[in-house]
Amino acid sequence: MINLTINGKSHSVDVEPDTPLLWVIRDTIGMTGTKYGCGIAQCGACTVHIDGEATRSCGMTVGDAAGKKITTIEGLAENGVPTKVQQAWVANDVPQCGYCQSGMIMAVSALLKEKPKPTDADIDQAITNICRCGTFQQVRAAIHEAAKA
Amino acid sequence: MNHMPKLNRRSFVVGTATAGLSLGFNVPFLTATSAQGAPEVNAWVVIKPDDTVVIRIARSEMGQGSLTGLAQMVAEELECDWSKVTTEYPTPGQSVARKNPWGDFGTGGSRGIRTSQDYVRKGGAAARTMLIAAAAAEWKVPASECSAANSVITHKPSGKTTTYGKVASAAAQIEAPADVPLKDPKDWKLIGKSVKRLDTVDKTNGKMMYGIDMKLPGMMYAAIKACPVFGDKVKSFDAAKVEKMKGVKKVVQVGDNAVAVVADSWWRAKTALEALPILWNNSENAKVTSASISKWLKEGFEADKAFVNNKAGDVKSGLGAAAKTVVAEYAYPYQNHACMEPLNATALYTADKCEAWAGTQHGQAAFAAVLEASGLPASKCEFYKVMPGGGFGRRGRSDYVTQAVLIAKQMPGTPVKLLWSREEDMAQGTYHPVTECRMTGGLDDKGNLTSLHIRLSGQSILSSLRPEALVNGMDPATFAGLSPSGEAAIGYEVPNLLVDHSMRNPHVPPGFWRGVNVNQNAIYLESFMDELAKMAGVDPLEFRRRLMAKYPKHLGVLNAVANGIGWDKPPAPGVFRGIAQHMGYGSYVAAAAEVSVNGNNVKIHRIVAATDPGYAVNPGQIERQIAGSFVYGLSALFLGECTVKDGAIEQSNFDTYDSMRIAQMPKVECIVMGTGGFWGGVGEPTICVAPPAVLNAITAATGRRYRSFPLKNHGLTLV
Repeated sequence: MINLTINGKSHSVDVEPDTPLLWVIRDTIGMTGTKYGCGIAQCGACTVHIDGEATRSCGMTVGDAAGKKITTIEGLAENGVPTKVQQAWVANDVPQCGYCQSGMIMAVSALLKEKPKPTDADIDQAITNICRCGTFQQVRAAIHEAAKA
Repeated sequence: MNHMPKLNRRSFVVGTATAGLSLGFNVPFLTATSAQGAPEVNAWVVIKPDDTVVIRIARSEMGQGSLTGLAQMVAEELECDWSKVTTEYPTPGQSVARKNPWGDFGTGGSRGIRTSQDYVRKGGAAARTMLIAAAAAEWKVPASECSAANSVITHKPSGKTTTYGKVASAAAQIEAPADVPLKDPKDWKLIGKSVKRLDTVDKTNGKMMYGIDMKLPGMMYAAIKACPVFGDKVKSFDAAKVEKMKGVKKVVQVGDNAVAVVADSWWRAKTALEALPILWNNSENAKVTSASISKWLKEGFEADKAFVNNKAGDVKSGLGAAAKTVVAEYAYPYQNHACMEPLNATALYTADKCEAWAGTQHGQAAFAAVLEASGLPASKCEFYKVMPGGGFGRRGRSDYVTQAVLIAKQMPGTPVKLLWSREEDMAQGTYHPVTECRMTGGLDDKGNLTSLHIRLSGQSILSSLRPEALVNGMDPATFAGLSPSGEAAIGYEVPNLLVDHSMRNPHVPPGFWRGVNVNQNAIYLESFMDELAKMAGVDPLEFRRRLMAKYPKHLGVLNAVANGIGWDKPPAPGVFRGIAQHMGYGSYVAAAAEVSVNGNNVKIHRIVAATDPGYAVNPGQIERQIAGSFVYGLSALFLGECTVKDGAIEQSNFDTYDSMRIAQMPKVECIVMGTGGFWGGVGEPTICVAPPAVLNAITAATGRRYRSFPLKNHGLTLV
């Protein structure tokens, strides 16, 4: 059994320790907001926070995640109140198909924690998630709006 | 794709036979917005006692926003309170049982709104008429003295009011009006407004349910591998090698070309599948390479016979008499859709029923796939749409639904979720077809274009997917944007013109793809217009304008982007411009780009884009579609290529098939013209003008003309 702390709650899971964290979050624990896109840490759809740091959960084994503080998209809002980033996403109608947006929001939330007022260059460097609908223009606008809020 | 088998019709009561209830399990997407129990005014409109308006949407939302746009169309005529609008999908099974009240479920070709605008508005208008009639009957007053706005019905003489929610049950009993007049567009209050999307919040908190998120009690997970060589079959596989691996439940053959492992988690299924020895029966297809395809396509330039789609004058004698001729050959590669959500479907097969769930662009085609794969009649099948994580044409096919049912059929009573790995998704695409093009142009001594021969050579999508749509063997869709008239007409008048196609269909399966044939045709034509302008010594914008007197709508968008970019003033030092226009899916589109080139690094600073879709239903969402389509189109231009080796696709994931990131995103300024009077598409048309505008700007910057794609093959990097 491996013990995980996700969104402040403990979970004991009976899986092979080399299973990617992504699949334990999605299929074993059943929290499906974190998405599978590539499995090779290229696209960012599976981004979660590990001890506050944006991490691609398809590229981390569940064994390595044990004992760390894991936050998923479901755990971002505090007491049910959407974060500034989530509010900016709604205000700017950012998502199109929306599939990559959990990961995008997790990556942006980590960036704003580190750099509350990011420049365009900061955004370009930190946000490398793939979005095939291509809603980058709205993502950028929403990041700046969240930073101002 | 529109093929539907003959079905046994059986009466069906809406909302009583959801899978959720039959399984005794809460399937969120079926119950969250379900109009179950509330009065159905007509097929399009359900109104709950609390005044919530449920608008039924037959076409699929996949990110393009037409769920919201279609709801606006119904609500405009319904005169309901927009803040109380929710939506739900009717199922294709209900559609069959009720004799198809919602029309076509298919969502492709940018047709979601433009080919249903008439009847969805009438659905809203009819419901409004019935609601007013119900209130008038209750008040015992003539309906003509009553009016409705914002879900409130008012009897003007007495001042009495009621709400839609209060009269909906009575309205449901009233006979539908035979015909209802629609509003004059000048009276629209909701159509033309940039209202917010209806499906955003759940996409920001992890709650939106995509196909991959399906959960059913006792559900098992399947991973699949189909023969990498298209058209070839499974020879054998050694199930005993993996059957004892942890969590593995079953190893099954799927159809004649694939093998799946079913396990208690997807990761275990995938791990076992990778360890499973599979042998394939390979045919001559296994010898095909990108080089062999290209050689065959180039032979098409010289072919005597070709399908002629557009002809004026005599191009042969025109070219013979030209003062100058220009010849250029272009090539466009195979490309995968690479939807962010890899293909997947969930199916449950029992002795008396087969149900499936998936994101799809075509509910009815997916339903037909369930029938065919299960072997059960329509009355024993159902298909439920879930949000797709992108479609772009790929989810118009139902191959993954068929596979899920074929697997579930081998495990009766057990729900099975089939998920393709990204690698499988890359290997089993229906690819943007491959074409090459030889352009031959003739100029007179004043630099006017007098003759143009466009010889296309390559693959036809319709031959593969809808052979019944061929016209005497010709694929009209191949000529998108080059046709004499219609929804994808060329915008230039050339006295001697010939557009023809030498059809050559390799074994790699082609598919519709965002924009698809306009993508390469716009690159071919608009790059070559710049080549001709250069030879003529005329400004590229001016060169085009001279040919466009008879095409005011094409010219309208071209002029709009020229003004927007400031074509008459020089760009900043080091910055170069390119311009392009085209027509597709009933809309006129143009783009003007500003780029700078530093060594091999290309920076796109800005693109001004214009679209004239006639009526612009939601300009804010149209702007998002334009900017988003540029990401898809420019990713394709710089990065997108699927190469063929030994009959299979070589690229396997985003590391070998990359996509643009935010750092590479140019500033996109949109001009939504909406001149009215016609209904053009939105999701696809604009994609095609960004690449030629950028290519022309790169040539302006470097003096080099690039004619084969993607540009990464020339060492160019988008930064």
